Amino acid sequence: MGNLDNSLKSSIKDEIDAISEYTKTKAETDITTTTDAGISSSIKAKTERNFDSEFKIENPKLSIQSLKAWFSGKLALKGINLDVKENCVTALIGPSGCGKTTLLRCINRMHDLTPNATADGKIILDELNIYDKQSDPVLIKRRMGMVFQKPNPFPTMSIYDNVAAGLKLNGIKDKNLIKDIVHDSLKGAALWEEVKNDLDKPGISLSGGQQQRLCIARALAMQPEILLMDEPTSALDPIASSKIEELMNDLKKNLTVIIVTHNMQQAARVSDYTAFMYLGELIEFGPTDQIFKYPKKELTERYISGKFG
Amino acid sequence: MIKDNKTKDYTSIIQERIAKNSRKRKIFNNFMTVLLFVFVIIAIIPLASILFEVFKNGVGALSFEFLFSPPGAFGSGDGGIGPAIQGTLIAIGLASLIGAPVGVLAGVYLSEYSSSSRSFAYFLRLFNDVLTGIPSIVIGITGYIALVLTLGSFSILAGAFVLSIIMIPIVARVSEETLKLVPNTLREAAYGLGLPKWKVVWHIVIKGSKSGILTGIVLAVSRVAGETAPLIMTILGTSLFFSGFNSPVDALPLRIWRLASQPYPAAHEQGWGAALVLILLILALSVALRMFAQKRSITTFKGTT
Repeated sequence: MGNLDNSLKSSIKDEIDAISEYTKTKAETDITTTTDAGISSSIKAKTERNFDSEFKIENPKLSIQSLKAWFSGKLALKGINLDVKENCVTALIGPSGCGKTTLLRCINRMHDLTPNATADGKIILDELNIYDKQSDPVLIKRRMGMVFQKPNPFPTMSIYDNVAAGLKLNGIKDKNLIKDIVHDSLKGAALWEEVKNDLDKPGISLSGGQQQRLCIARALAMQPEILLMDEPTSALDPIASSKIEELMNDLKKNLTVIIVTHNMQQAARVSDYTAFMYLGELIEFGPTDQIFKYPKKELTERYISGKFG
Repeated sequence: MIKDNKTKDYTSIIQERIAKNSRKRKIFNNFMTVLLFVFVIIAIIPLASILFEVFKNGVGALSFEFLFSPPGAFGSGDGGIGPAIQGTLIAIGLASLIGAPVGVLAGVYLSEYSSSSRSFAYFLRLFNDVLTGIPSIVIGITGYIALVLTLGSFSILAGAFVLSIIMIPIVARVSEETLKLVPNTLREAAYGLGLPKWKVVWHIVIKGSKSGILTGIVLAVSRVAGETAPLIMTILGTSLFFSGFNSPVDALPLRIWRLASQPYPAAHEQGWGAALVLILLILALSVALRMFAQKRSITTFKGTT
C-alpha cells in the first residue's frame, strides 16, 4: 500500500510540475517528458492534448487573467486564468490550502487588506480592470457582496440594522427606501418569514443558519452584481446548509455567484461551472456535469473520486 | 498481535498510575483551593480595612454645610470642602476633555493604522509604557515649568493639562487592547459592504468596543482623581471657590493633604470626610459612565425601526 501511495504522490507532483512548466518553451517540456517515468509522461501528453480544447466562456462577467498572489513573499496563486459566466453559480473546489479562498478574496480585493499580502495580474469585471492602479477597491467591493465562512453579523446591531448597515453607512438617508430594501433583501435571503416580528432583536440572537442568511441579506442589500461566498455552509448543520443551497439557486437569477466549497457534493448540487484548484493552480475548469462525470485530467478525477484531498 | 499487546500494556500502566495517585491528587487539590482562598482574603484585607476606616471616621463629618461651603477658620473644624469638590470636578472634566480623545485616538492608531509602520508603532508603545511609569510629581514639575511659569499664575488649565498627560497612556493602552479584541471577521464584513476604512473603524470597530473604551476612560479618571503631587505644582490649592482661569483652585486630594497635616482633631475628622467624599465621587462616576454606556447600546437597538 505504502509504495502505491508514494507513486501516486510523485505522479501528482510530476503533473503539477508539468503544468507549471507548460509556460516554458516547448522544447524544455519535451526534454523533461522524455526523461520522466512512463506513467507521468503519459499524463503530460494528455495534458497537452487537452490544452487546446480547453473550455471557453463567451462574454464572461468576470475574467481572471494570469492572477498571482503572495503571502509575505510566498507565492499562493501561480497565475490563474478563469472566466465566470453571468447569472451562473461557479464553484471553486480543491483540497485545503490550494488557494481557493485566496482567489475569492482577490476578486473583491479583500486580499489586499491582509498584512503582507500582495497580488498581481488582471481581473476584468465588465471591462473594468479591478487590479488597475486607478480603480478604487472600495467601489469594487460595493459591486460585489461577500459571505464568509462563519456567520459574522455586527454584534451591536439589530437584525434590521445589520441589513441596513451597508446602505446607511454609505450615506443613504431615505428611510422608506431603506425599509423597502431591507424587506426585499431579507425576502431574497429567505429569512423574512422567520424574523419579520423580531427586527429589533440583536442579529447575534439568531441561530447559526439564520445568522448566515442574515449575512447574505446584508450583502444583497447593497444590490451586488456578484456574490462571493467563502464556504458559506461549512459552519452550519445539514438542514441550514440545504436552505442556503436552495437560496443560491434563486439568487443566480439576478446575480452571479462564486462559491468556494470543501464539499464536492455541494459543488455538484448547486453550481453550473466548477473549477478545480490544486496547490495554487487552476487544474481544470468546465461545466459541473463534465467535471464530475468526465474529468479530463487525472488529478481532477482522483480528487473527485476521493482518492486524495 | 504485537501491537495489541503493547497498547494493553500502556493502558494498564496509565491506569495503575492514575489509581495510585488519586488520593494524593485529591489532597493536593483541596490544599490548593484553600491556599488560593487565603491569598484572596489577604489581598482583600488592606482594601476592606481602608474602606472601613474611611467610612467609620468620615461619615460623622458629612453634612450639607460640609459638602457645599468653603473651609472655615484654620483648625476650627467649621466650614466644608465645597471648593475642593468643585475644583476636582472641573479639573477631572477638563483633563478628560483633553486626555480622553487624544488617548482613544492614539489607541485607534496603534490598533488599526499602525500595520504599515511597525517600528514607529513599536516606539509609540514603548514611550506610552514609559509615560505610564513616570512619577506624577515629575509630570507636575513639567506642568509647572511649561504652563504655570509661562502663564504667570497657578491655574486650573495647568492642572487639567498635567492630569491629562497622566490619563493619555492609560486610555491609549486600554483602547488599543479593546479595539484589538474586535474580531477581524467583522472588519472584513464591513469592508465587504464597500465601506471606506475610516467608516469601518468608526462605525464597526470603535462603536463596537464602546464599553471597553469607556472602562479605560473611567480607569484613567479614577487614577487621576486621586493625584496630589502634580496638583500641588499646578493648581496649588485655595480655600475659595473657582474664580477664573488664572487663579489657584482647590482639589479634594489637596484638601485631604492640608487637613491631615493640621494638628487639630477637628481638621482630621474633616480630612476623613473629604477622603470619603473622594471615594464616593469616583465610585459614582464609574457607575454613571457604565450605565451611560449600556443605555446607549440599548437605545441604538430600539431607535432604528
